[in-house]
Amino acid sequence: MPKPFLSVERLTQRFPDGQGGTLTVFENATFGVEKGEFVVILGHSGCGKSTIMNILAGLGQPTSGVVLMDGYEVSGPSLDRGVVFQNYSLLPWLSALKNVTFGIKPRYPDWSAAKVEAHARTFLAMVGLEGDVVHRKPSQLSGGMRQRVSIARAFANHPKLLLLDEPFGALDALTRGTIQDELLKIWGGTEQTVFMITHDIDEAILLADRILLMTNGPFARVAESVEITIPRPRTRTEIVDHPNYYAIRNHLVHFLGHRSQKMAGERVGDDNQRPEPVRIENSVQKPIPTSGPARDLKAVNQ
Amino acid sequence: MDTLSEGKRAALLSILILVVGCLIWELSIPAQKAVGELTEYERLTGGGQPKAGVPPPSQVLVKAWEQLSNPFYDAGPNDKGIGIQIGYSIYRVLTGYFLAAIIAIPLGFLIGMSSIAYKALNPFIQVLRPISPLAWMPLALFIIQDSEASAIFVIFICSIWPMLINTAFGVAGVREDWVNVARTHELSPLKTAFGVILPAAAPTIVTGMRISIGIAWLVIVAAEMLVGGTGIGYYVWNEWNNLDLTSVIFSILMIGIVGMLLDSAFGLLQRAVAYAE
Repeated sequence: MPKPFLSVERLTQRFPDGQGGTLTVFENATFGVEKGEFVVILGHSGCGKSTIMNILAGLGQPTSGVVLMDGYEVSGPSLDRGVVFQNYSLLPWLSALKNVTFGIKPRYPDWSAAKVEAHARTFLAMVGLEGDVVHRKPSQLSGGMRQRVSIARAFANHPKLLLLDEPFGALDALTRGTIQDELLKIWGGTEQTVFMITHDIDEAILLADRILLMTNGPFARVAESVEITIPRPRTRTEIVDHPNYYAIRNHLVHFLGHRSQKMAGERVGDDNQRPEPVRIENSVQKPIPTSGPARDLKAVNQ
Repeated sequence: MDTLSEGKRAALLSILILVVGCLIWELSIPAQKAVGELTEYERLTGGGQPKAGVPPPSQVLVKAWEQLSNPFYDAGPNDKGIGIQIGYSIYRVLTGYFLAAIIAIPLGFLIGMSSIAYKALNPFIQVLRPISPLAWMPLALFIIQDSEASAIFVIFICSIWPMLINTAFGVAGVREDWVNVARTHELSPLKTAFGVILPAAAPTIVTGMRISIGIAWLVIVAAEMLVGGTGIGYYVWNEWNNLDLTSVIFSILMIGIVGMLLDSAFGLLQRAVAYAE
């Protein structure tokens, strides 16, 4: 089987627990992301989602394991992997426009200033920021606008992989909805590969091609990979009427509600802990047979 | 009254306080007795001579007018215009100050970036910082063998600490997110330093620079009283030796005004680099 575009292999992270021992956040996490795929990772706080994100961004070092992108090992931050941080991470002394050009200049060093600015304006316009607004400083923008600038900065760089670290976590529900739509729109036009962290189940179903479910830490692992069998383009109001929507949603709720806890610390004999693929079609759940031991999923269907 | 803005009302109050203050000062100075009222004994013992005393504000004002209408005259080593004296002082302060900035800001950057450098240099900073700058004067005079350069050295040594400490503090406190933004955009260390860390730490650094210039201006007066020759500090002491209290009061006012101007220049700079998060 050829390796996926992004291949995370046996990633393990241990931290000293402050009492002389070590705390294993996750162990042997293994999963892949295909090119152009939108993958969302769901799990409770403390299961190491953000740590995985930092390792993918190159900002953190795993204790062991490797991340391969396009066949090369990820070892440090790179322009090929754009990051949208939860707290926007805009530079407060630069205007919205300058924040975007700040990201474009190192990516395309031979572009003229005019070309850089035009490119930045195009991407700001895609997230609905046009006119004088682009000259405002982040402190003069609302939370939603700031995150729009941050998203524009990331997309404008055409990274091979876009990492979104709970990008809507700090926004109110209404703003979140509009920006999710904008994200879908901008993503649909670029075929960008996206890896995103979220706490929000509905957001995950709306955006993702595939959802990775993590068990609780310590010794967390990526337990399941749930395919979202709802055709695109999706809108928030229409997907809820799709017959698969609630079946998928219930599966996710049950996982996060019970099984993530039950499976916590459960170490599988097969140390290649590839997530079990799950495909839910018309309310009937069909676990895809894998080489690994079959897991009992009965509880979910009740 | 209600139609005036708060600023105007405050300005009116300031003027009122000034006028009342000067009036009380003026009236509290005992008048010189006229020669005719003196007894023969008083005349014989020199009672007719003008007595040295605190001058009234009207005299200070006349003195100020006289000095400021010709600030750059030079009539020998003991008689130079106020403009020349202040010019010498500002020259010394700025020379010492910028030498300090050239060392303190890069060093502060280093200390702020590296915790090893911070830990290694911290004991030295903590011991050297509380030393009164004038305590260095004898050593400086002996080693440098030049009073002018020694005064500049004293300014240098007193300006360096607030700038060094604030730069280190500002650089160390730059939000990790902003540094991560630089890292994910593959900025070179130099571009990260100038494009992200410097603007992020600039408000703290400029605050340190503002504290330093204030201290430098305080110290130059004392330093010039010691080294003598030129400068506003020397001028104050020289006029005291001449028992010309009018000039002493006038120069005290000038020290205040120049200090205020230096401070507000850095206040403007501070506003230019400030940002809201």
